[in-house]
Amino acid sequence: MAEIAGHTIPNRSPLMAFLERWFLTTNHKEIGSLYLWLSFVLFFIGGAMAMLIRVELFQPGLQYLEPLFYNQMVTMHGLIMVFGVVMPGFVGLANWQIPMMIGAPDMALPRLNNFSFWILPFAFTLLTSSLFMEGGAPNFGWTFYAPLSTTYGPPSTDFFILGVHLMGVSSILGAINIIVTIFNMRTEGMTLMKMPLFVWTWLITAFLLVMVMPVLAGAVTMMLTDRHFGTSFFEAAGGGDPLLFQHVFWFFGHPEVYILILPGFGIASQIIPTFARKKLFGYTSMVYATASIAILSFVVWGHHMFAAGLPLAAELFFMYCTMLIAVPTGVKVFNWVATMWRGSMTFETPMLFALGFVILFTIGGFSGLMLALVPADFQYHDTFFVVAHFHYVLYPGAIFGIMSAVYYWLPKWCGNMYDERLGKIHFWTAIIAVNMTFFPMHFIGLAGMPRRIVDYSIQFADFNMVSSIGAALLGLTQVLFLYIVIKAIRGGEKATPQVWEGAEGLEWTLPSPAPLHTFEAPPQFPAPQEAYKHE
Amino acid sequence: MSESRNKQRKHLVLLSTLALGMLGFSFALVPLYEVFCEVTGINGKTSNAVVVKPTTVIQESEREVTIQFLAQVARGMPWEFRPTEHQLRVRVGEVNLTSYYARNRSAQGVTGQAVPSVSPGNAARYLRKIECFCFTEQYLEAGEAQQMSVRFYIDEELPEEINTLSLSYSLFNAPELEASSLALASHPQ
Repeated sequence: MAEIAGHTIPNRSPLMAFLERWFLTTNHKEIGSLYLWLSFVLFFIGGAMAMLIRVELFQPGLQYLEPLFYNQMVTMHGLIMVFGVVMPGFVGLANWQIPMMIGAPDMALPRLNNFSFWILPFAFTLLTSSLFMEGGAPNFGWTFYAPLSTTYGPPSTDFFILGVHLMGVSSILGAINIIVTIFNMRTEGMTLMKMPLFVWTWLITAFLLVMVMPVLAGAVTMMLTDRHFGTSFFEAAGGGDPLLFQHVFWFFGHPEVYILILPGFGIASQIIPTFARKKLFGYTSMVYATASIAILSFVVWGHHMFAAGLPLAAELFFMYCTMLIAVPTGVKVFNWVATMWRGSMTFETPMLFALGFVILFTIGGFSGLMLALVPADFQYHDTFFVVAHFHYVLYPGAIFGIMSAVYYWLPKWCGNMYDERLGKIHFWTAIIAVNMTFFPMHFIGLAGMPRRIVDYSIQFADFNMVSSIGAALLGLTQVLFLYIVIKAIRGGEKATPQVWEGAEGLEWTLPSPAPLHTFEAPPQFPAPQEAYKHE
Repeated sequence: MSESRNKQRKHLVLLSTLALGMLGFSFALVPLYEVFCEVTGINGKTSNAVVVKPTTVIQESEREVTIQFLAQVARGMPWEFRPTEHQLRVRVGEVNLTSYYARNRSAQGVTGQAVPSVSPGNAARYLRKIECFCFTEQYLEAGEAQQMSVRFYIDEELPEEINTLSLSYSLFNAPELEASSLALASHPQ
C-alpha cells in the first residue's frame, strides 16, 4: 500500500477506507458505536476475570489460583468494570443519543470527541498489559490504598497510574464536550427544563466528571511522585499520612459512584413513561433530586472510612449526610412507580430491564442505608456484605440500565427490531442469575466473610457455591446478549421511525436506522404528532 | 453562527479552568488536611514544633494522669527501638523527662525518622513536647546505641474525661536523606 502514502487517491483500498472511517471519524453516531463496542469487549474481559474469581471461590481452600493472582483478578475486575465498561458505556449512549434528543446535528466539539475516544484503547492496553509483566498486575484492590500501592505496589503499578491518567483525560474531555453540546446546541424552544431526563442526568454527571476526575489524577500523580521522586504525600516516614490517600481517593470515589448511576436514572426515566404510555410523573422533582444527589455526593466520602479511625463528630456528620441522600433517591423511585400507576403498561424487553433496574437498585439502596449507619458498619466493613451492596447497585443498576437503553434504542441505531423472544429470555435468565450470584453475598458477609481474600472458612461454602453457579449463568446470558445485538444489526423485522407506540421525543421523529447526518436544520420542538407518522 | 462559536469557546475555557482548578484543589488537600488535623487535634497528630517552655511558671495541679509509651518499628528498619519506661504517672502541668532506647542492629549507618501519634486523638494537642527526637532525623552508626529523650508536659486544659493517654512512636527508615548532614543535626553537642 506504499503507493497510497502521500497521494490522494479517490478509490482507496477497502482496508484504508475502513481505517480512515473509524480512526478519523468525527461523527457522534460512529464515535458512540465505538464507545459501546469498547465497553462491550471490556465487559467480557472483566467478566472473564469475575468468572475466575467465582471458580476459585466455588469451594473453600486453594484450588486453581495463586493468592497473588487472585488479588490481581479482584483489582483488574474492579478497574475494568468501573472505568472500562460502565463509564464508556454511558458515554457511548450519550454520544448517540444526546444530539438526537436535543435536535443537534452533532456534538459541539467533534474532533475532541474523536480524541477522547481514541485515548481509551491505549489506556486499557497499558492497564491490561500489566498482567503479562514480571511481578504481575496491580494487586491492591481497585481502591489502590497507599501504602499498598506506593511502598508495596508491584512495578506494573506505574503502568496502572499512567492508564488512569489517560482515562481521566478522556473522561474530562468527553464530559466537557457533553456540557458544551447541551448548553449550546439545543433546538429552539427546548429550554433546560424541557430537556429529556436522560440529557439532564448526563449534564449533571458531566459536571461531576469535570470536578472529580482531576482529583483522581492528582491522587495517582502523588502516588507516582511518592514511588519515584522522593516525595512523601502518603509516606509516614517522611511526614506524610496514608490516611490522606483515603480522603483524596474517596473525595473522588463517592461522586464517581454517582457518575456510574445517574445516567441510569435518566434511562429509566425515558423508558418507563414510554411503556406506561404516560408522561413522567414529577419531571421537575426528578431534575432537582438528581442535582441534590450530585451535590450531596461531595460531602459523604467519609462513609467509606468509618473504620479508619475518624473522630466521632466526623462519623456522625458523614452518617447523617449519607442518610440524607436516601430522600432524593426515594423521590426518584416514587416518581417511577407513580408514572406506572394506572398506565397502560406493556412489558417489552427494555421495560423489563428498566423494572429490574428500579426494583433491584432499590434493594442495593437499602443495603447502602444499612452501611451508612456507623455502628452497624463496623460489622459490615470490608465483608462480602459490601460486595453484595455495590454489585446490586452496579449490576442491576448501571449495567441493567445500559442494557435496557441498548434494547430501547437499538432499533433506532440499526433499523431492525431485535429478537423479542430472545430478549425476554435474556432478561429472565439475567435477573434470576444476578440474584443468585449476589443475594447470598449479603448472608455470608453478615456472617463475617471478608472480601478480597482467596480462601474462606467452610461455613460459607454453601452460599459461595450458589453464588458461583449463579455467576456462571450470568456470564452465559451475556453471550446471548451479544448474539441478540449482532442478530439485530445483521437483519430482522424493520423498525418504524417511532419504534415504540408510546415513545415521544425528537429522536423518534427520525427514520430508522437514523441516517449518519441528522438535524442539519434544527427541528421543531416539541415535535408535532404527525412528525412521528412519516414513512 | 460566530456568536454561538464564541459562546462555545467561552464554555470550553470555563470548563477547562474548572478541571484544572480541581486538579489544583486535589494538591491543596494535602496542606488543608495537615492544617485541619493540627487545628482540631484529631488524627492523634501532635504539633511537630518545639514548644518553648513558658516563661511564667507552669501551673502544677493536683490532677494526675497516666501516660503510656509505645514504640513501633516499620518494615525494613533494622533498629531496636523501645521506651525505657512503659508508663508514667504524671501531674498535669509538670515537666517530665523520659527516653527511648535505640540501637542500630545493622552493619551500616542508618538514618531514622520517628513519627509520633497520640491516643486518644483529642488529647494530642494537650501533650506539649519541649524536647523530642522526633523533631529531627536521627543517625546511628552500625551497632551504635543511644538514649533519646523526650521532655514534655501535659496542658492543664486536658479534658476532664481523659485519665490515660498514650504516646506512640513509629520509627521509619529515611534512606534518601544524606547521612552526613543528619549526623550533625542529631548530635548537637
